[in-house]
Amino acid sequence: MEVLKIATAGSVDDGKSTLIGRILYDTKSLTTDKLEAIEKTSKQRGYDYLDFSLATDGLVAEREQGITIDVAHIYFSTSKKSYIIADTPGHVEYTRNMVTGASTSQASIILIDARKGVIEQTNRHFFINNLLRIKDVVVAINKMDLVDYSEDVYNKIKADFEDLMSKRDYQDQSISFIPVSALKGDNVVNPSKNMPWYKGETLLDHLEKLDKADIFNVGTPRFPVQYVIRPKTDEYHDFRGYAGKVYGGNLSVGDEVVVLPSLTKSKIKEIYFYDEKYETASRRSSVTITLEDDVNVSRGDMIVKENDLPTIEKQFTANVCWMDSKQLTPGAKYIVQHGINKVLAKVDNIHHKIHPDYSGIEEEVSGLGMNDIAQVSFKLNKPIYYDKFKNHRTNGSFIIIDSQSNNTVGAGFIQ
Amino acid sequence: MKKDTSYINALENEAIYIIREVAAQFEKPVLLFSGGKDSITLVRLAQKAFYPAKIPFPLMHIDTGHNFPETIEFRDRLVEELGLELIVRNVQDSIDQGKVKEESGRYASRNMLQTTTLLDAIEEFKFDACIGGARRDEEKARAKERIFSVRDDFGQWDEKNQRPELFDMLNGEIDLGQNVRVFPISNWTELDVWSYIEKENIEIPSIYFAHKRKVFLRDGLIWSAEDDVVYRDEEEEIIEEMVRFRTVGDMSCTAAVLSEAATISKVVEEIRDSSISERGARIDDKRSEAAMEKRKQQGYF
Repeated sequence: MEVLKIATAGSVDDGKSTLIGRILYDTKSLTTDKLEAIEKTSKQRGYDYLDFSLATDGLVAEREQGITIDVAHIYFSTSKKSYIIADTPGHVEYTRNMVTGASTSQASIILIDARKGVIEQTNRHFFINNLLRIKDVVVAINKMDLVDYSEDVYNKIKADFEDLMSKRDYQDQSISFIPVSALKGDNVVNPSKNMPWYKGETLLDHLEKLDKADIFNVGTPRFPVQYVIRPKTDEYHDFRGYAGKVYGGNLSVGDEVVVLPSLTKSKIKEIYFYDEKYETASRRSSVTITLEDDVNVSRGDMIVKENDLPTIEKQFTANVCWMDSKQLTPGAKYIVQHGINKVLAKVDNIHHKIHPDYSGIEEEVSGLGMNDIAQVSFKLNKPIYYDKFKNHRTNGSFIIIDSQSNNTVGAGFIQ
Repeated sequence: MKKDTSYINALENEAIYIIREVAAQFEKPVLLFSGGKDSITLVRLAQKAFYPAKIPFPLMHIDTGHNFPETIEFRDRLVEELGLELIVRNVQDSIDQGKVKEESGRYASRNMLQTTTLLDAIEEFKFDACIGGARRDEEKARAKERIFSVRDDFGQWDEKNQRPELFDMLNGEIDLGQNVRVFPISNWTELDVWSYIEKENIEIPSIYFAHKRKVFLRDGLIWSAEDDVVYRDEEEEIIEEMVRFRTVGDMSCTAAVLSEAATISKVVEEIRDSSISERGARIDDKRSEAAMEKRKQQGYF
């Protein structure tokens, strides 16, 4: 069993926080003191129901305005799985928050208000989920209580959404539709008595049944060296270990490897995890590797299997999500952080801006503003070792750092 | 049925990755050590991250002077056994220097005062990264916290303007004078920490286990009456109960819970069944709904 990370997406007032609160409440994950605090505040505000959004909206400004500003992480577990929900707010900095939440998630929930149906924001949410290649998407059609639990409304929204699906780029995504009422608790954790026409799973049942093999993206092994371990003690006098996390696939003792960028060949001699040696390092494990030969390896280098090299280039083209109020313009210089590797980058060209409502592209672009998504090419001061994002989620993505503010101002997915 | 713990390996791998990034990206990191279970867990994770080399940064304890004696004794033993460097800075010194004023009355606590001592120590040693054991599940303002959380020259947290964190990529770029608070166990829950301690057989201070203690009751919480640290009214009667502590903060703001759990496995069982969250026994959070957020803005850990 692994931890299942889920991102949520919805527009303001679609009831995202309420849905999460409902999941916590119905799985009995809210402790007595937290529940008491919610009851007290709900009463103070004169509500005749429990406002579960109070469980997740943690900042003062959020509670005052009744909105979610920043990505919050919520934890709960059932007897089958441990869950982490990234609650991503849907307004001003929506792209930034959604991309952030979705980048670490294996599944996502897109909320639709049954009264409003598929709106422009829904397109955007689905687009980003598809762009980030989230394997499993649940479309939760919420507030069914406000449309008399109508099957027709549900079918109409489902049909509209299926229309969007036909235009998507990543076709292997699995998409399910569930009619819910987060406020009343229909089909969230417990099956609804109000919608006998719906024969499918509840939201939680669906998540519980997701198979690990289906939700994790795999590729070929990539081992970026994070840190060189040299104990210089009597016992480990000549020890030179390369610490890092294995991405994509497994690495084993005896594997013929190549160190990038030097292209030096060697073999994996040992794999350590703490004080134990292993034959194989599995995907996503943080291990320390030693090599048969005395080669020069430092932080930022990458160890890969022979005959399985990534692209080694000083330029690339990517889909970029811009997250800063200061515009990205052609010719501007940034730091590109690709995994743990940092290089200087210059914006070579903005090819076109993508309309996340699937209505097309805009070719004459002078700059990118907050929330824009565009195809951009970069030139780098030294090569990086990348894969295409569609083949390798980790080795095909990067962040853009403004060297003046030090802020993370964008994210990219290499094409 | 014993719960499958392989998901804890995933959390462990993530934490080790984060700790290695700190050692690689910063010049003067430090691990903030309170003697509590979360920071003890961090020490184990740091050992794992750099084995067979030693942990390449020191530990620092901001001592309120109101710690449980068991915690201090434990801290000194751990540091000696692992051959680690420990820096201690005292809240009492900040009080003596007139930088902070001791609170008085029923709810007096040195918890708030720690912030000044911590910020002074960061400046004194020019630390650019402070690793801490805070977790997002502890409190709703902490749920918004980043793994690399940038603090300005005044140690302040700007909660509305945080850097987005994508995939595994941690942006540690800062200006001189700024520092980053790093939270490698952000995604762990209280139960995860306990399950890990059980799985790894990590030693922790005795006050985490059920023991007989002289206590008194106030506001529905159980307070230690064994030392003079916690202010007690004459009419607040001392009784003896079997209790344990779920957190080991400053004695003046850490209440006990009634418990019979004397071993790690019993504690894990108890927490799994528990209906009060961990910080429910921390009076510092009860001051107001936004108590934690306010303290964090001022530079609190």
